[in-house]
Amino acid sequence: MTRRSLVILVLLVAMLVTASGSFAQGGEEFVFGMILVGPHNDHGWSEAHYTAGQYVEEMIPGARMVYLESLNAADRPETTLEQVVEDMVSLEGAKLILTTSDEFEEDTLAVAAKYPDVTFINVSGDDALTGDAPSNLGNVMGAMEWGKEIAGCAAALATETGSIGYLGPLINAETRRLASSVYLGARYCYENYRGMDPADLTFTVTWIGFWFNIPGVTLDPTEQSNLFFDQGADVVISGIDTTEAVVVAGERAARGQAVWAIPYDYAGACAEAPEVCLGVPYFNWGPSYVQIVQSVMDGTWEQGWAWTAPYWEDLTDNSKTPVGWVNGEALSPEQAAQLDEFIAMLAESGTGDITADNIDDEGLSLGLWVGPLNLQDGTPLAAEGEIVPPRSVWYLEQLLEGMTGDSSAQ
Amino acid sequence: MTRESIPARRLIGIGVAVGSIAVALLLTALLIVAVNASPRDVFDKIWEGVGLAGGRLDMPRFSGVINFWIPLMLVCTGLLVTFTAGLWNIGVEGQMVMGAIFATWVAQEVSLPSVLLVPLEMAAAALGGALWGLLAGVLKTRGGVHEIFGGVALNNLANIFGIYLISGPWGNQGGQATPPFREEALLLPASSEFRVSLVALVMVGVAFVVVVMALRGTHWGLELKALGKSARSALLLGVPTQRNALLAMAICGLLAGIAGSIRVLFTYGNLRPLVSGGIGFLGVLVVLLTGTRALWAPIVAFFFAAIMVGSTRLNIALQLDQSLAGVVQGILVLVFILANGISARLRARRQAPAAEAASIPPKEAAHG
Repeated sequence: MTRRSLVILVLLVAMLVTASGSFAQGGEEFVFGMILVGPHNDHGWSEAHYTAGQYVEEMIPGARMVYLESLNAADRPETTLEQVVEDMVSLEGAKLILTTSDEFEEDTLAVAAKYPDVTFINVSGDDALTGDAPSNLGNVMGAMEWGKEIAGCAAALATETGSIGYLGPLINAETRRLASSVYLGARYCYENYRGMDPADLTFTVTWIGFWFNIPGVTLDPTEQSNLFFDQGADVVISGIDTTEAVVVAGERAARGQAVWAIPYDYAGACAEAPEVCLGVPYFNWGPSYVQIVQSVMDGTWEQGWAWTAPYWEDLTDNSKTPVGWVNGEALSPEQAAQLDEFIAMLAESGTGDITADNIDDEGLSLGLWVGPLNLQDGTPLAAEGEIVPPRSVWYLEQLLEGMTGDSSAQ
Repeated sequence: MTRESIPARRLIGIGVAVGSIAVALLLTALLIVAVNASPRDVFDKIWEGVGLAGGRLDMPRFSGVINFWIPLMLVCTGLLVTFTAGLWNIGVEGQMVMGAIFATWVAQEVSLPSVLLVPLEMAAAALGGALWGLLAGVLKTRGGVHEIFGGVALNNLANIFGIYLISGPWGNQGGQATPPFREEALLLPASSEFRVSLVALVMVGVAFVVVVMALRGTHWGLELKALGKSARSALLLGVPTQRNALLAMAICGLLAGIAGSIRVLFTYGNLRPLVSGGIGFLGVLVVLLTGTRALWAPIVAFFFAAIMVGSTRLNIALQLDQSLAGVVQGILVLVFILANGISARLRARRQAPAAEAASIPPKEAAHG
């Protein structure tokens, strides 16, 4: 390429950029609001939503995100969800509001009824499934159960002590089914790849009490991670919004201990301590959000409830998969090969997105959720060979038999 | 003290106040510049966030400030009592939570028309808060546990108890809060524009007037003051110190309990974790700042409420970190306390020669 054509090319690109910029400034701007429960840079749950919002801005010309971070009673006692929505709608012109936490479910339901002209998406909720939601409120959740099964398998491949700790947030159906999915993955791989008796696998869940650390209110996740390691676990898997587990494992490894961790939520979470990270199951909300924003812009959005399945061809393809997995540096080549084999097996049983329309259909699969399985107190969940219906997984009432930890707060 | 010195002192007081606000604003502006934002924008957005932009009052938004100010002010009013008695009622946060829990219990268990149910809920909240305050008081007077440490422990206990109730016996399927209360159990806003509960507003006014009058104009108020200055001397003077300390804690708890009930009956419409949200601690800060100058408390509390509510706008419109509001508050408090310390020192220095002058025999002084 000659110098002159290079200059022309640069000029053209610059013009295009300015043009698209002014286009975005013009009447075509579409504002969507995003409400986060934690900080936008938590390297976990909230950051995954925030980066997805940026992805939407990138993919859809004219789309602009406004966001509010850390909406919770500890950080913003003065602000209610309704105040934020009103601010975003009346002062910023938002037409779509994403309330990205289970914490916001009740309030979103009430506020959506007050703003019938605005579309609401509550992430991880079920109001559009139960029929409680007004017609302008939908739900979406990634089928992280798959990612958690992979995480459990990776932990079982690595553990030398046969003891795995799971750092849980608070106890509800979502957190129970995710912790249980980890356990299913760990048990399977401990038996099938390590050749061990799954009854010898110790799997302990500790609930800290909230999605992230609130000093004086929750258990301290740093302390709890240390406690797991002190009590003999050598892999700690995070189920909370933030990265304490992998940070603690990194500190211990620096002191010469053979320990590992698996963070959660955010594709970049391993960066906190790559040398101990076995991998991370993460949410990639970008593709879903692009589709939602586009359909609201086009006027084609319809209320729905979606539990979105991974893109099995490539779990790291962030233009497609809503739920991903990236291997960590701490995984040996041999373990990585075994994990690939495990993932290929899951992929074969994968049956696609679960929605309000198909959730009760026969044969829908969430991987290892196949009998014989009992709940923690021994109540049968599924008989030999029987697939646990997805609805029963979504509303899982207890942890599974074989797991140590509380199934409810009582 | 001569006659002229009173307005002079007052002038100094106002000078210190204005000066420290100016210094605090300057420091805040520097900080904002340091994070690459424009102080002008920040000011504009806070102004917009509290509903005062463009020279007209945006009532719904302004209501947000008042709605935060109401529980804060109730807590401050209670803390004026304990502060006068020389007690650091850090447990005020837990007293709010207990109030919220008691109110929730009534809201869930009792079926009555609204006019009876709401007062009953608030009375229960007052009782819950008062008992929790009293407990901290008893720990101090009987158990020798300093009220700061007792308070911190009781705050944690109240929070844990609340979370237990929410995730256990009072929870709904997977929820992080109790189910929403029925409409008749709620405090309702005055109108769709002025979204403030008049009942709560009147209650704040009455509580504040009654407490200030009791502290300034009654023998009991004097006893509390004596207790606050020196518990030992007060005891020697015949003030029933234990009883007064317990009473002060109970009254503060009572008002904090009502504040807690407003959080559940108005702000949220259900019980959720951390329902007190640090309002109690903020109240301690306000009272620390105003000291016994009670009349300043509503103004300072309002200012804090406005900064906090306005700061939500900062995050949405300017993407500034949410902790900026806390930093601004911290700077204000520090500067004020510093300025007070400096002015007290200056006064002491000026009074030293004056005291020497006073020791000169009266006759000579009269000539001089």
